Amino acid sequence: MLTLADLGVLRDVRTEDGIVVVEITPTYTGCPAMGVMRADLLRALHAAGYADVDVRTVLSPPWSTDWISDDGRRKLAQAGIAPPGPVPARAAGPVPLRLGPAVRDVPCPLCGSPDTEELSAFGATACKDLRRCRRCREPFEHVKEI
Amino acid sequence: MAHEETVYDALANAHDDAGHWAFGTGFDDPLAGVDTTVPDGVTPADLGEYCLMLGDDALVLCQRLTQWATNAPELEEEVALANLALDLLGQARLLLARAGSVGALGRSREQATASIPDEDALAYFRDADEFRHVALVEAPNGDFAQTVVRLLVAAAWRLALFTRLRDSRDPVLAAIAAKGVAELTYARDHAARWLVRLGDGTAESQRRARAGVDAVWPLLAELFTATDVERRLTETGVAVDPGELRGEVRDVLTQVLERATLPVPAWPDDAPPRGRTGDHGPELAPLLAELQGLAREHPAATW
Repeated sequence: MLTLADLGVLRDVRTEDGIVVVEITPTYTGCPAMGVMRADLLRALHAAGYADVDVRTVLSPPWSTDWISDDGRRKLAQAGIAPPGPVPARAAGPVPLRLGPAVRDVPCPLCGSPDTEELSAFGATACKDLRRCRRCREPFEHVKEI
Repeated sequence: MAHEETVYDALANAHDDAGHWAFGTGFDDPLAGVDTTVPDGVTPADLGEYCLMLGDDALVLCQRLTQWATNAPELEEEVALANLALDLLGQARLLLARAGSVGALGRSREQATASIPDEDALAYFRDADEFRHVALVEAPNGDFAQTVVRLLVAAAWRLALFTRLRDSRDPVLAAIAAKGVAELTYARDHAARWLVRLGDGTAESQRRARAGVDAVWPLLAELFTATDVERRLTETGVAVDPGELRGEVRDVLTQVLERATLPVPAWPDDAPPRGRTGDHGPELAPLLAELQGLAREHPAATW
């Protein structure tokens, strides 16, 4: 099972005066899954016997796909979702304009072929894009590097 | 499956009270755990006004992009525009919540029921003259080419602002900006690639791209003029003077238009702020009716 900790979304769990404080960070500012994550955390902690739980949102520093653990990457690939590569380093100053398709080395999570192409920079959720394998012809999702 | 059901049951029961406010997300204080202290030397009213400006830009542009749902030229594009709109909605939510946290609620708080979060009260219960967005984001979509040009200009301008705002003395604004930079880069570059395709495409797509540029260009005029609020907040290190963004935005737009083989129109003269002062065009009323109608019709609705 892919966990919130695997994804780097879970930032901290600690107790403060008998209350369990959990910190999570959104992948994207408008991520609509934050409510489900929060509810799932409350359910899991309540089931484990912790009655007083405070789930907090942390905005800074912003989430990065570099925080997805090696385990998390393996599990994503097993689920047919290509994990993100390392986030490219950005120089200070204006963000350079990219007018061509993203050149990325994303092997197909289904057949392993390195020969894949981007179909759309936007997939079913904000954090993924849509790609296709040129060898097995299957479309697949890929977690965007941010 | 059993697990999934439990998750959604838990979500439905996440509130102690009987139901959720129907139109907001209702589950969370978006600024929970964030230090919302106003920095020394900053007037809360100014900070609130500035957050409304940036929040309303995002909210109104989000609404315009959302109007493409079921109308976009292809399915992937519909998903793309919805994704970009969602990013803007997230930014709007945080910015309006920040505005609410420093008391910038105006008449909205009297009109909204008490259980409605600040950011929802601001989004759904302010009247047109209380909105602080620029005319650029409010203008009707036009055809797809015009939507692309508007998105390019708006995203390039906002990205230039957010990259600088990451150093704001207000920690909340700085965090929102740092988070938004990657999102806005996607928006800007997506629109830029479309404009290159359209401009350097068929005779018809080029004609439409040119018309889109002509329609959007005059709206650049008010983007680089500071209001008094922005000027004061720039002095205290909270805001960025929009005049500072002109060079970067101009470079980006020129680069894209040239690649798109489109003529670069003359840069319009700076105009005094209008939208930022609450002075909006006739297009805002129907937009707000669509955005706010249901929430106002059923002010205490829960689900």
